Amino acid sequence: MVVKTVNLEDIGEDKRYKSAKREALYSIILTVLYFVWWYGFAYGMGSKPLSGYKFVMGLPSWFFWSCVVGFIVFSFASWFLVKFFFQDMSLETDGRDDLKVR
Amino acid sequence: MNIDIAITLALYLIIICGIGYIANRKMSETKGSFLSEYFIGSRSMGGFVLAMTLVASYVSASSFVGGPGMAYKMGLGWVLLAMIQVPTAYLTLGFLGKKFAIVARKINAITINDFLRARYESTPIVIMASISLLLFFTAAIVAQFIGGARLFEAIGLPYEVGLTIFAITVIFYTVIGGFRAVVLTDAFQGIVMMLGTLALVFGITKAAGGMDAISAKLMEINPDLLTPFGVDGFITKPFILSFWILVCFGIIGLPHTAVRCIGYKDSKSMHRAIVIGTFVTGFLMLGMHLAGVLGRAVLPNIEAVDSVIPTLTVEVLPPIFAGIFLAGPMASIMSTVDSQLILASAAIINDLYVGYINPGAAYDDKKIRRISLLVTTIIGVTVFLVAFKPPSLIVWINLFAFGGLEAVFFWPIVMGLYWKRATASGALASMITGVILFIALSKYAFLLHGLHPIVPTFVVTFVVFIVASYLSKPSVKAVMRVWE
Repeated sequence: MVVKTVNLEDIGEDKRYKSAKREALYSIILTVLYFVWWYGFAYGMGSKPLSGYKFVMGLPSWFFWSCVVGFIVFSFASWFLVKFFFQDMSLETDGRDDLKVR
Repeated sequence: MNIDIAITLALYLIIICGIGYIANRKMSETKGSFLSEYFIGSRSMGGFVLAMTLVASYVSASSFVGGPGMAYKMGLGWVLLAMIQVPTAYLTLGFLGKKFAIVARKINAITINDFLRARYESTPIVIMASISLLLFFTAAIVAQFIGGARLFEAIGLPYEVGLTIFAITVIFYTVIGGFRAVVLTDAFQGIVMMLGTLALVFGITKAAGGMDAISAKLMEINPDLLTPFGVDGFITKPFILSFWILVCFGIIGLPHTAVRCIGYKDSKSMHRAIVIGTFVTGFLMLGMHLAGVLGRAVLPNIEAVDSVIPTLTVEVLPPIFAGIFLAGPMASIMSTVDSQLILASAAIINDLYVGYINPGAAYDDKKIRRISLLVTTIIGVTVFLVAFKPPSLIVWINLFAFGGLEAVFFWPIVMGLYWKRATASGALASMITGVILFIALSKYAFLLHGLHPIVPTFVVTFVVFIVASYLSKPSVKAVMRVWE
């Protein structure tokens, strides 16, 4: 009897995983972008001595830009992410190879 | 005790129980297996419910009671810290993503441990995962119960009475309605949280005479409150950056968050949940923590961190509304407790009992139903009894359980999903190292100069995972099951 051995490399991938992986990567990239925004405004504008603070709508400008505007911008960014970078696909087991591209 | 507040709160509790009852009716109609219905709601979540329940799973007592209390003490720097959670919805849903959802369907996973079992084919891993889940969840639920009881204290009820009302409500709807009741109440509670937050911020700003007046007042109390660094530089950079691991990236490894990523209906639900979830998270984090800071200008002398938000609510808002707004933080606590309660029960029933002790029981719906309801009740009541003697400052208790869960689950889930070469030995080694290291480092945290113990824990467990995986034989069969 011939025992068939399988290597890890020979294991074929479900085709849907390719685009799923790409989406996972985009999610990380958007998280890193948020970090840059959050850090940049908070410490870029907030590290000055207090006498140099500017105020926007009664809030210190570092806080306004980092937390208030940052929240609004990245809420829109998340919409942009799924609208233009995410694909609709069947998640069901019988839906193999059924990758619907819009 | 204020009668208007009491009536509104009572009404809120009745609605929640009503939703639990509806879920219970729905459960008896379902045609699928009881296990899948009770512990994952037959994978039927749509976008809105998914978003709300996902947010609810990580917005907890620490965000609604302890967190704003810290913001009250530390100023805007603590709000900055809270805003680290903004990407959480798109990060968890997007990163675990469709692959996790597809894999879960292939192997018919109801819990995270089902995924670990299929991917690593290892009994020690599932047992270790189940036990640490039970241990940490119990600690977390106790902390949340205490937070709930504190809210009742704010309106003049004795701690024990508040605790009893709170616990009975949560245990009741979770036991009778299962996962479906958990997520449906989460959706309702999410709306209440948002309304409560909005009202509180407006109420406080109005009471203080506008934003400019508040800033001037804070400047007078202590100028540090307006900087990103907290009072006396308490919020150092290593400290705040650690939270990026603890409450943002690490969230991927929280079982009660991750399990939601296998419970939605289709890819459209997921897309919608990413957008709604991101907005709701940011809104709640910003609103609640800002309320804490602004409150300092209105009532500058509150001593106990945990009573800041309840006191503010009762003092600042007209009593007829205060009940609704107190329901906000209550909703946040309940919605976390219920997710943890149902998962703790799933760990015992699905992962341990059906997994190892009596596999045949999976097909005996009547028996499983009886045992599931019983076990969920027992866990709930046990935790309720423990919560009678409360320790203080729930933020830190909660964060300890939080980090412990991440130390155990993060790498096994992430690597199991995206790295073919990951093996059972790698996963097990990283889980064991994770728990021991995290607890040890928490004890000697003063050596880390403000860095949270979770950060070195993640680095070390990652290395351990890789090395131990390469030292062991690749798990070909398990990989095939998940990948092909």
